[in-house]
Amino acid sequence: MTAESKPQSLFDKLWNSHVIAEREDGASLVWVDRHYVQEGSFHAFNKVRERGETVARPDLTVAIADHYVPTRGRGQPMAGGAANAELARMMDQLGANAAQFGIRHYGMDHPWQGICHVVGPELGMTLPGLLVVEGDSHTSTHGALGAWAFGVGASEVAHVLMTQTLWQKRPRQLRVSIEGTLAPGISAKDMALTVVARLGADGAVGHVIEYAGSAVRALSIEGRMTLCNMSIESGARCGLVAPDQVTLDYVRGRPFAPQGDAFDRAAAQWLALAGDADAVFDREVLIDAAGIAPTVTWGTTPEDALAIDATVPDPDRLSDATRAGHVRDAIDYMGLHSGMPLSEIAIDRVFIGSCTNARIEDLRAAAAVLAGRRSKVPGLVSPGSTLVQRQAEKEGLDRIFMDAGLEWGGSGCSMCAAMNGDTLQAGQRCASTTNRNFKGRQGLGSRTHLMSPAMVAAAAVAGRLVDVRSLAVEAVA
Amino acid sequence: MEAFVRVSSVACALPQINIDTDQVLPARFMKQPRTPPLGYAPYLFHDLRRGSDGSLDPAFALNDPGNSGAKFIAARRNFGSGSSREAAVYALVDAGIRCVIAPSHGDIFSANAVNNGLVPARVDEAEMETLLALLAPGGIQTEVDLETCTVSAAGKVFGFQIDPVWRLRLLNGWDDIDITHSFRPQIADWLQGDGLRRPWAQLAA
Repeated sequence: MTAESKPQSLFDKLWNSHVIAEREDGASLVWVDRHYVQEGSFHAFNKVRERGETVARPDLTVAIADHYVPTRGRGQPMAGGAANAELARMMDQLGANAAQFGIRHYGMDHPWQGICHVVGPELGMTLPGLLVVEGDSHTSTHGALGAWAFGVGASEVAHVLMTQTLWQKRPRQLRVSIEGTLAPGISAKDMALTVVARLGADGAVGHVIEYAGSAVRALSIEGRMTLCNMSIESGARCGLVAPDQVTLDYVRGRPFAPQGDAFDRAAAQWLALAGDADAVFDREVLIDAAGIAPTVTWGTTPEDALAIDATVPDPDRLSDATRAGHVRDAIDYMGLHSGMPLSEIAIDRVFIGSCTNARIEDLRAAAAVLAGRRSKVPGLVSPGSTLVQRQAEKEGLDRIFMDAGLEWGGSGCSMCAAMNGDTLQAGQRCASTTNRNFKGRQGLGSRTHLMSPAMVAAAAVAGRLVDVRSLAVEAVA
Repeated sequence: MEAFVRVSSVACALPQINIDTDQVLPARFMKQPRTPPLGYAPYLFHDLRRGSDGSLDPAFALNDPGNSGAKFIAARRNFGSGSSREAAVYALVDAGIRCVIAPSHGDIFSANAVNNGLVPARVDEAEMETLLALLAPGGIQTEVDLETCTVSAAGKVFGFQIDPVWRLRLLNGWDDIDITHSFRPQIADWLQGDGLRRPWAQLAA
C-alpha cells in the first residue's frame, strides 16, 4: 500500500495539515493557528522579554481574563482589600502584556469575556481543522469542533508566542466509540465520567482520543465539548470529534467564522477531515450508551466515578494493593465510609460552572430541575461566558437559580480553579459540575463530587447526592 | 537549560498514585512571582507536607531529615497529572529535584519537565515497586544515568524509558527556541502554501 492510499484518521489529517518540518530525532515542527492566553500566562510573557524577543503573530493570539476574574460585584469598581488587589494585579498584568505585544484582549468588563474554552468556540475563533493551544489543560475542549487542541505549559506558551509553532511527537491514537442511545436524563457529563472511569486517570497518556459512535454523533456541540474537555482526566492531551453537519450548523454565522461563499468552501474542507472508514487506531474502546447511568465521583481523582446507585468501594475487597491504598486514602480525605450508598452523601454547597459545564445548554438543564424548587444548600452559578450570562438572563434562568436560593455570578473559572477567591472551606462538601475532584482543588481541605448540571441541581434540592430521575418522579407523584 | 548526564543524590520515595500538579503546587501560590533564590521551592507539596495546623508532617517522606537534599523523587503511576501548570515543575526544580521516577507521568507535566531540565524517567510498574521498597527507609544514595537510562540504588540497577527526543535535549541542555529559529525559512515557505490551502484559518482583525 502506498503512502497516498493509506487510510487516514481525523487526527492523521490534522497532523499532516500542520507539520512544517521534521527533525532527524523524530520531532515535528507544527504550526499553531490559535493561541489563547490568560492571567496565568505571565511566566511565558516574562520569558519572551527575558530573551529580548517579541510575539510572532499577535493576530493569532487572544488574551481573555478567566482564571482570576471575580464572580461577584462585576460591573462596579472593585472594592479595596488585599485579596481583590491581588486579583486586579493578575488581570492588569494580562492587559499590560496584551497591550505591549498588540494582542487583542477581552478583560473583565468586555462583553466577550468568559472562560477561554467557552469564548473561543462561541465567537467562531476556534474552527474545525485548526490547531489550538493554551496554557491550560482543558484546551482539549475545542476538539469538539474537530480542531486539534491541547494544553501546554509556560515554556511552550512562550515558544508559541515567539514562533507560532511547537515541536511535537506524533501521539498514539485511541478511538472511544460510544454506540447506542442514552437513557433519558443522561448527559455528556455522564458519558465523560464513564469514559474516565473506564480508561483510568492515566489510561490515555500518550494518546489522542477520537470520540466516535452514534451516541457521540447525537450530541450537540456543547455536549461534545463536555466530553472532549475531560479527555485530560484520563491522561489524553487532546480529544476530538469529527466535523459533521452539527458542527457546521454550530459554526455558521459566528462573529469570526468565515461568511458566505468562504464558509461554504471551508465547510467542504472541514467535512473532508472526518477519518476514512478503514482508518486504523492504536487502541479501540467500545462503550454501550444504554449502560451509562447518572454518574458521580466519590474520591479524589476523576477515575473514582460510579453510578449514583452504587456504594463507596471497600478497599479490603480490591486485589490491586496500590489501588486499595488510594481508595483508603480517598475515603479518609472525603470523610466517607466503605459500603455507604452514594445517594446518602449529604452536601454543604453546590457549584454550577466551569469550561466543562457552563454553556447555555448546561444552565438550561440545571434550571429545568430547579424551576419551582428550593435548594437546601447555598451555591453559586457562574455562566461560562458573558454572552452565555446575557442569554441565560434573557431566558429567565437567572431568576430560576436565584428563586431556588442560589447565587448568580459573573463568568470565569471561579470555583473550578478556585484561584479567584471562590473557595470552599476546609471539610465542606460540594456537588460540582467541574472537572477535577483533587484534594484541595476547590480550596484547602475541600471535598468535591463531580457530576452533570442536572445532577448538581438535583443534589441542591435533596441536600444530598441523588439520582435526578428519582427527583422528577417525586415531583410528579 | 542545565544538561543532565549522570546525577547522584538521595532519592525520596512518595509511594502514592495520581500525585496531581495541584498537590505538587497548590493553586493559591500561582499568583506569586518566581523570585530567586528560593523561587517556588517553599510551596513544593505544600499541603501534603503539612498537617492542618501548618506544621511539617514527619510522616511525609520529603520531611525526613535523611532525605534532605534529595534530587530524585520516586512515585507510583500518573505523577503530575491534571493541571498544565508549569509552576509545579518550577517548584520541583527550585527545590533541587532533577528527576521524577514513576511508572507514568502526565503528558503535559513531562513536556514541562523537559523544558526545565527535569527528567521524567519511566520505570515499569513491577520494577517500580521494588525500587520504592528499596528507597522506603529514606536516605538511600541513588544514581540516575541518562546516557544508559538506568537508576542505581542499593546495589540494584533499574532500566528506565524516556522519549528519545527528550533524552537528547536533556543530555545536551538544548533550548527549543534556538532550534526553531533555525527553521525560519521552512516556516515562511510552509505559510505561503498554507494560505492557499486553508484561507479560512486566518483570524479577522
